[in-house]
Amino acid sequence: MATVQLVDLAHARSGDKGDTANVGVIAYDPRDYPLLVERLTPQRVKEHFGPLVKGAVERFELPNLHALNFLLHNALDGGGTVSLMNDAQGKVFSTALLRMELEVPDEVAERVRGRGRRPAREET
Amino acid sequence: MSDGRVVRIASGQGFWGDDLEAPVRQVEGGPIDYLMMDYLAEVTMSIMQKQRARDPSAGYARDFVPLMERLFPALVERGIRVVTNAGGVNPVGCADALLEAGRRAGVEGRARVGTVTGDDLMDRLDALLEAGHTLANMETGEPLATIRDRVQSANVYIGAAPILEALRAGADVVVTGRSTDTALTYAPMIHEFGWAADAYDRLAAGVVAGHINECGAQSTGGNCLADWWAIPDLAGVGFPIVEASEDGSFVVTKHPGTGGVVNRATVTEQIVYEMGDPTTYITPDVVADFTTIRLEEDGPDRVRVHGVRGGPPTEFLKVSIAYADGYKAVGTLTYAWPDAAEKARLAARVLRERLDRLGLRFDALRVELVGWDSTHGPLAGPPPRDLPEVQLRVGMRSHDRASVERFTREIAPLVLTGPPSVTGFAGGRPRVQEIMAYWPALIEREQVEPFLRVDVRPV
Repeated sequence: MATVQLVDLAHARSGDKGDTANVGVIAYDPRDYPLLVERLTPQRVKEHFGPLVKGAVERFELPNLHALNFLLHNALDGGGTVSLMNDAQGKVFSTALLRMELEVPDEVAERVRGRGRRPAREET
Repeated sequence: MSDGRVVRIASGQGFWGDDLEAPVRQVEGGPIDYLMMDYLAEVTMSIMQKQRARDPSAGYARDFVPLMERLFPALVERGIRVVTNAGGVNPVGCADALLEAGRRAGVEGRARVGTVTGDDLMDRLDALLEAGHTLANMETGEPLATIRDRVQSANVYIGAAPILEALRAGADVVVTGRSTDTALTYAPMIHEFGWAADAYDRLAAGVVAGHINECGAQSTGGNCLADWWAIPDLAGVGFPIVEASEDGSFVVTKHPGTGGVVNRATVTEQIVYEMGDPTTYITPDVVADFTTIRLEEDGPDRVRVHGVRGGPPTEFLKVSIAYADGYKAVGTLTYAWPDAAEKARLAARVLRERLDRLGLRFDALRVELVGWDSTHGPLAGPPPRDLPEVQLRVGMRSHDRASVERFTREIAPLVLTGPPSVTGFAGGRPRVQEIMAYWPALIEREQVEPFLRVDVRPV
């Protein structure tokens, strides 16, 4: 087994509904979707966010899109115009989730490592 | 019957403040049949309500009018119809201004403007409460009566029916208030294909198309994380165009020669945006199941969407209510190396102590370091000692306006009375903002539908 960051396995987008942020996580490679289903449990996601998410974490599966949708309740300091947060509408909560580290089989790690990051520019 | 005919519904605006050149590119860049423009979000209605309170002719997306003045001749010449919720809390005022703009643009007698009203509940609110409609908050269960005196706006999310009526009456431009974002896209499909009210799978497909269209370039490469570094020409990004077929399947594409990209990744990111339970995407006309969506790449910048299933709508409509709920202000200062983060944190402690000594009343005080932890919080870990700079961002919220006013005067003094290496106060004292909180509620549809009105007038 090896450790990779979720950012190399999946891309994501987040948005808001009141004080709830949603994060949609999409596997780059459909082969990795089952791994996401197994590892990205609501408990694990709740643990990852720690004090950033005050309420419950709900998870929904979209196997048709190789995607998981998370609802993070009470995460936006009241949300909308109430919130004092820089990210009051949870626009980049997605990236906070993508920091998560996952233990994956070596062959998966080898295949995905660096996938989610901009390739280093060639020095000229 | 599927006759192979395709109806092209182009997205021109994804929010109030979106790229003003995008609708021009949509109209001039190739064939389209409809241009949908979405202007409304949860907070937008309350902003518009405030504007109308100051000026009875205001309360809609004002920049829609000069935009239409510019577009009108080409729209009329090409037979492109426009569907928009730019009307905000004053669709009639918006349509009045639009008719004048049409005359200035020289399309007098050649275009008709339809106006949809009846979504605004403000004048009926007390009668509804008295009749036993509690309009309880969907999240907390509290009845609206607890905050009735602070309500600023109350609008029902309405569906396709009145837009359809306007299109059938020959409107070339349909201006609504709080129509759902998705209805702006699927109402034209119902109109063109004659879908029945219980053709739920087709309607659900229309909702998915509407969801893909409603945020403009967010489905064509804008704000797309997947391979963002390889997305070409964002400066000239093409907005999405839905090529709809009678059977409910459609292709998402954009005009040739425009920037951005349409692929599985860009479309999927938009599909999951602001999603709740994907099996139950509720609209006034249908409940769509987003777990049935099938996506296939169908050539460059083309994604085919099919297989969408849906079911009957509920007996309720959603009401978007905004109410005044106190005040807030946010101030910032920039601290430079060395020990930038430590200096910023000391400044926050000093500020906090001064607020306490002043005895200010507040509900929340929030300290963030922009450039370090303002988006990822504790997940960012401790800042490195050699952080070149950081912006201290302090926000305060209170129901006592005077306390927030005083708070805004406590930021600048930190420059001379706090930790060193501080700058970035050129913007002056932070502004005190009145907080408009959001109160989602439900109402039986028979309390709304009989009150919807459609009026079609020639330019």
